[in-house]
Amino acid sequence: MAVQVLKDRNTNKITVVTLGATKEDGGTRTHTVQVGGAGSLPFLQFEGEMPNKPVIAMEVLDRFPTEWNEEIKNAIGDSLNNAATWAKKCVEDFGAELIYLRLQSADPELGDSTPEQCVKTVKDVLAAVGVPLIVVGCGIDEVDNHIIPAVAEACAGENLLLGVAKQENYNTVVAACMVHKHTVITHAPLDINICKQTNILVSEMGIPSDKIIIDPSIGGLGYGLEYSYSIEERGRLGALQGDRMLAFPIIGTVGTEAWKAKEANVGADEFPGWGEQAERGILWEAVTASTLLQGGIDILVMRHPQAVKLVQKNIDQLMVPNKL
Amino acid sequence: MEIIGERINGMFKDIREAILTGDKTAVHKWAIKQTENGATWLDVNTGASAVDQVATMIWLVNTIQEVVDTPLALDSTNYDVIEAGLKLCKRPALINSCHADRYKIEIVFPMAVKYNAKVIGLAMSEESGIPKDADSRVALAMELVAAADEFGLPLEDLYIDPLILPINVAQDHAVEAMETLRQIKFLSDPPPKTVVGLSNVSQKCADRKLINRTMIVMLMACGLDAAIADADDLDLLDAAATARVIMNKEIYCDSYATLFKASKY
Repeated sequence: MAVQVLKDRNTNKITVVTLGATKEDGGTRTHTVQVGGAGSLPFLQFEGEMPNKPVIAMEVLDRFPTEWNEEIKNAIGDSLNNAATWAKKCVEDFGAELIYLRLQSADPELGDSTPEQCVKTVKDVLAAVGVPLIVVGCGIDEVDNHIIPAVAEACAGENLLLGVAKQENYNTVVAACMVHKHTVITHAPLDINICKQTNILVSEMGIPSDKIIIDPSIGGLGYGLEYSYSIEERGRLGALQGDRMLAFPIIGTVGTEAWKAKEANVGADEFPGWGEQAERGILWEAVTASTLLQGGIDILVMRHPQAVKLVQKNIDQLMVPNKL
Repeated sequence: MEIIGERINGMFKDIREAILTGDKTAVHKWAIKQTENGATWLDVNTGASAVDQVATMIWLVNTIQEVVDTPLALDSTNYDVIEAGLKLCKRPALINSCHADRYKIEIVFPMAVKYNAKVIGLAMSEESGIPKDADSRVALAMELVAAADEFGLPLEDLYIDPLILPINVAQDHAVEAMETLRQIKFLSDPPPKTVVGLSNVSQKCADRKLINRTMIVMLMACGLDAAIADADDLDLLDAAATARVIMNKEIYCDSYATLFKASKY
């Protein structure tokens, strides 16, 4: 007897968002990247279309990543000393589809860079690579409220993905995105209710829905990954059933969270049963990423080139249409 | 939850006068106001006093569509009047309504398919009147479901109305209507949608709004998908929005009630 395949009927799709702008659209990117558009749960191509594959952005700092694991630093090499050369290496040697530039040196304790210095860094990275750019601040609201508008203005028309807009601090970054034609990341602390509320707040300012990417926050493997997955999945199910305030593509800082784990960092000398740290760390990041892919993540922000390679392969395999 | 705004109806004084004088002001006002409050549909009823029902329906549909693009629920017992409206609707309409009598189904269901419209099917017939118990209502609902299948009307385009009566006239009917709602969801896969004419429950009662908003919440818990209701009653809309959240049909956020009124569910 033939098996009847039950298919969910979805009434809504994830909004398609275009990142970057080419010369014709007022930017300088060699190409743009589209994310979103899915009409089903991830990779269920028999149930709904998935027009855009998940993409990988590699994380670049505007300072030497002193505290990063040696394995990552060794894998990327000397180019870590300069954001532009680092970004160029990520794109040309490691296949990064986007660059996620974190302006960490604006933090008073990590360099206290001025908005002008931050703008120069962004301009240098734009000149070094042709892929679209994601730019976030140092994480301190008062500082970011100065540097992000400066970057937005100096790079008007580039359609950068700028972040982050939070429930308690969204006006400045959203206004900067709207005035200078960029896309915004809304951020919530692993809370679907705040995630939705933040999207409502920024939407009320008048930013179009195809200019919003959500960062619901993630936890790495062993540190809340399953909770992140649940939030992604719940949001996606709501979006597919018509909740327009959750129907945005998702970004997640996989590298940052995966490499926080003790299990990714300690050596085999300390825990012989865990195997070699070099391989373990890479897998920790790759498994975190591939799990989130199943929840519906659209942009993975990653660090280790080997982990990137593994996940790219995973994405390519998952994107092969399955027909039932 | 779909709210079918009930206000553009010739039974209301301002709409009746608009129809008689040709002054569009009141029709425009209610079309915009109900839409702004999140009405999914706007009910359009010419009322009994209009001399030329077809011409009145045409005038109302055109007048509403001058100011909003909200889909319309064409409300008449005269199918020529409904068809005149269907021809003009810019978006797929809702036919309000069709009894479970065979000869009516044979007129309305093919008309709905032809115009890509949806249909409110009443769980009553000329012979049965409004049935007293849930089982009789469900039996008539089943006839409507079978007919939808027969005439090629998608089941999700069929809205079954279990019928509710004023609470001060037939207090024993409300629980039967609730039971009917529960059972309708088991009639087919996918199940048909459900709808009620909500305000009927509180006809000539003292605190109508309290009864209406209590009723909508209770009916939603039984599987109600849509209600012909007062889209200007903000407490009612807030109650419906809250019911959706409590039933886990809507992900909570602090602005959920505002969102319900701003979006069209």
